[in-house]
Amino acid sequence: MSTLTSIRRPPASYLEALLTGLPQLPTSSLPWINELRAEAVNRLDVLSLPTRHDEDWRFTDISPLTKRSFTPALSSPYLEAADVARFHIEEATTRLVFVDGIYAPLLSSAASNSGVVVSNLQTVLATHAAVIEAHLGRHAAFSHNVFAALNTALLHDTAVIVVPRKVSLAAPVHMLFIATQKEVINTPRCLVVAETGSTVTVIEDYVMLHQSHWQKEAYFTNAVTEVVLEDNARVNHIRIQSEDSKAFHIANCAVSLGRSSNYQSVSVALGGQISRYNLDVLLAEGAECAVDGLALITDSQIADTHTCIDHTQAHGVSHQLHKCIVGGSAHAVFNGKIMVRKGAQHTDSVQSSRNLLLTSKAHIDTKPQLEIFADDVKCVHGATIGQLDSEEVFYLKSRGLSDSVAHNLLTYAFAAEIIDRIPIASLKRQLEQSVFEQTRSLS
Amino acid sequence: MIYQDSKTLLEVHGLCATVNGIEILKGLDITVKSGEVHAIMGPNGSGKSTFAKVLAGHTAYEVTGGSVLFEGKNLFELAPEERARAGLFLAFQYPIEIPGVANSEFLRLSYNTVQAQHGREELDPLEFDDFVREKMNLLDMNHDFLGRSVNEGFSGGEKKRNEILQMALLAPRLAILDETDSGLDIDALKIVSQGVNQLANKDNAIVLVTHYQRLLNHIVPDFVHVMEAGRIIKTAGKELALELETRGYDWVSAEHQAAMATV
Repeated sequence: MSTLTSIRRPPASYLEALLTGLPQLPTSSLPWINELRAEAVNRLDVLSLPTRHDEDWRFTDISPLTKRSFTPALSSPYLEAADVARFHIEEATTRLVFVDGIYAPLLSSAASNSGVVVSNLQTVLATHAAVIEAHLGRHAAFSHNVFAALNTALLHDTAVIVVPRKVSLAAPVHMLFIATQKEVINTPRCLVVAETGSTVTVIEDYVMLHQSHWQKEAYFTNAVTEVVLEDNARVNHIRIQSEDSKAFHIANCAVSLGRSSNYQSVSVALGGQISRYNLDVLLAEGAECAVDGLALITDSQIADTHTCIDHTQAHGVSHQLHKCIVGGSAHAVFNGKIMVRKGAQHTDSVQSSRNLLLTSKAHIDTKPQLEIFADDVKCVHGATIGQLDSEEVFYLKSRGLSDSVAHNLLTYAFAAEIIDRIPIASLKRQLEQSVFEQTRSLS
Repeated sequence: MIYQDSKTLLEVHGLCATVNGIEILKGLDITVKSGEVHAIMGPNGSGKSTFAKVLAGHTAYEVTGGSVLFEGKNLFELAPEERARAGLFLAFQYPIEIPGVANSEFLRLSYNTVQAQHGREELDPLEFDDFVREKMNLLDMNHDFLGRSVNEGFSGGEKKRNEILQMALLAPRLAILDETDSGLDIDALKIVSQGVNQLANKDNAIVLVTHYQRLLNHIVPDFVHVMEAGRIIKTAGKELALELETRGYDWVSAEHQAAMATV
């Protein structure tokens, strides 16, 4: 059904090397997909890799990433269900698993009953072409974003979730991306469409599976996620990034909120040598969002979060709490922009960036920004950077807790405020455990 | 209560301490024996709370002179957590709110740490749950407080009850209650006092730091001390509290100055 072509260009640049590394992308039977890819390839001719001279990247030096070469995985290793069982989330009855970016149907448990789609692009493209064409690649703009363009140029498969009108999915849907190979670029992609009045909880989960011979080698995950909420839809979006500590992870997520829709997101960044998460949220009239984040890093990790919450119409509500806990000589970056457009009267927006430095070498850059063009709005933002409260430490010690237990508990508590917002009990427990372990090693 | 065969728990001699370089305690002396209840009263700024914090080992307070023996050992050689494990307990005047730390978890960690210190059995979460609920009933505390963060969103009275709950769990040798009565209404004061009275026995001792006589109607002291300018200037029996209630502190101060002048 599809013929094979190759992208024939000399690997003159880093980006081209990545592109040509993928020898043959199957041409889709749908012309618009081919056009989308071609458009992205064309943009890559124009775009260059960001450096610290770019305003959007001035705190994060990605030269360790661009110094290395990566090739797309041509095949993924055969994994037994037992190999990945520990990544399962018990509440999630449907699961889409991608191994090194390649869909693993035997590890997945898809669904397509009562109009609900939980599947991969290649399976449902023919049956759900209209909804996919309307949204895939339409929200995550790549014209000025080299990593989104790269992902789109390599677009092959995608985790697709479509929830039809007024359908409410009780169980969360788990999108699991497992990295198993070093020196590989993975380009995961997700598309979530919640149609009018529907409700869904999705978990976007990035993990690595150590092979026995694996000595912590780098790989590169370059992800793009698009989430669409039609009018009155509700989406809970939980994003967990627990890549290998040597990995590079760059992700772009674009969320589009229809009228009176509600988007709640919690993103947690634990892994990665360098990780970057760009989240763009666009709100229509009366839409509400809560966008919360936690970065917990140590050693020489870098975790950079850029968010833009864009109120385009009136009566929108956005709440954002972003926390960073930084140990070792790690470096966390938060850049959070709240945009209130001219017509977005009665916008209610609260943004807070709270940061905890655990060592003298840890480093945090935080930049909350408000850009307001409407005159009748309620917008509050603020940032704090600090160490653990000495009165709290003393209180715990006065009850017999050792200095290190007191520090560990308080660091954990700082993180728990975000973790507690995850509406899935087993995931919350699991994260609490891993955060507790990690804070123990930090303090 | 005063017992014949009591042991000396706390011996303070000439204690001097500063906060931010300002001398607050200026030669404080007090001896507390097992079985006894002491009340330390005095006007604001006389150093009562500073004394309590110094005993607990707060780092903002620097000890500049004098000595404190706790069960015969130099208290200042012990870190705050070691003092707690050795059986010294401070009920805070302003208990700290710790968002994100579950009260049940905090109480259990604290209880087990002290248990371990004494070579006693630690409790797992289920066992501890039963144990702590029993103690909460003594203080007429809602069990919902276990699931909440430590002191977060608690009313003043609830925080004070949570302090006494910790005292009940840790069963200290010496408990210092820093203005535990402030912020309590009459009913809560009765319940908290009953709780404290149940915990008092011939092997432990209680030091109440308070402004008001009303607490002492419920927890009857064996000794009442008046503090002024970083020193204890008068010590007497429980009747002194009543006298202070009607006459204020000025006469004690005048009496003390007169006595000093004749020396």
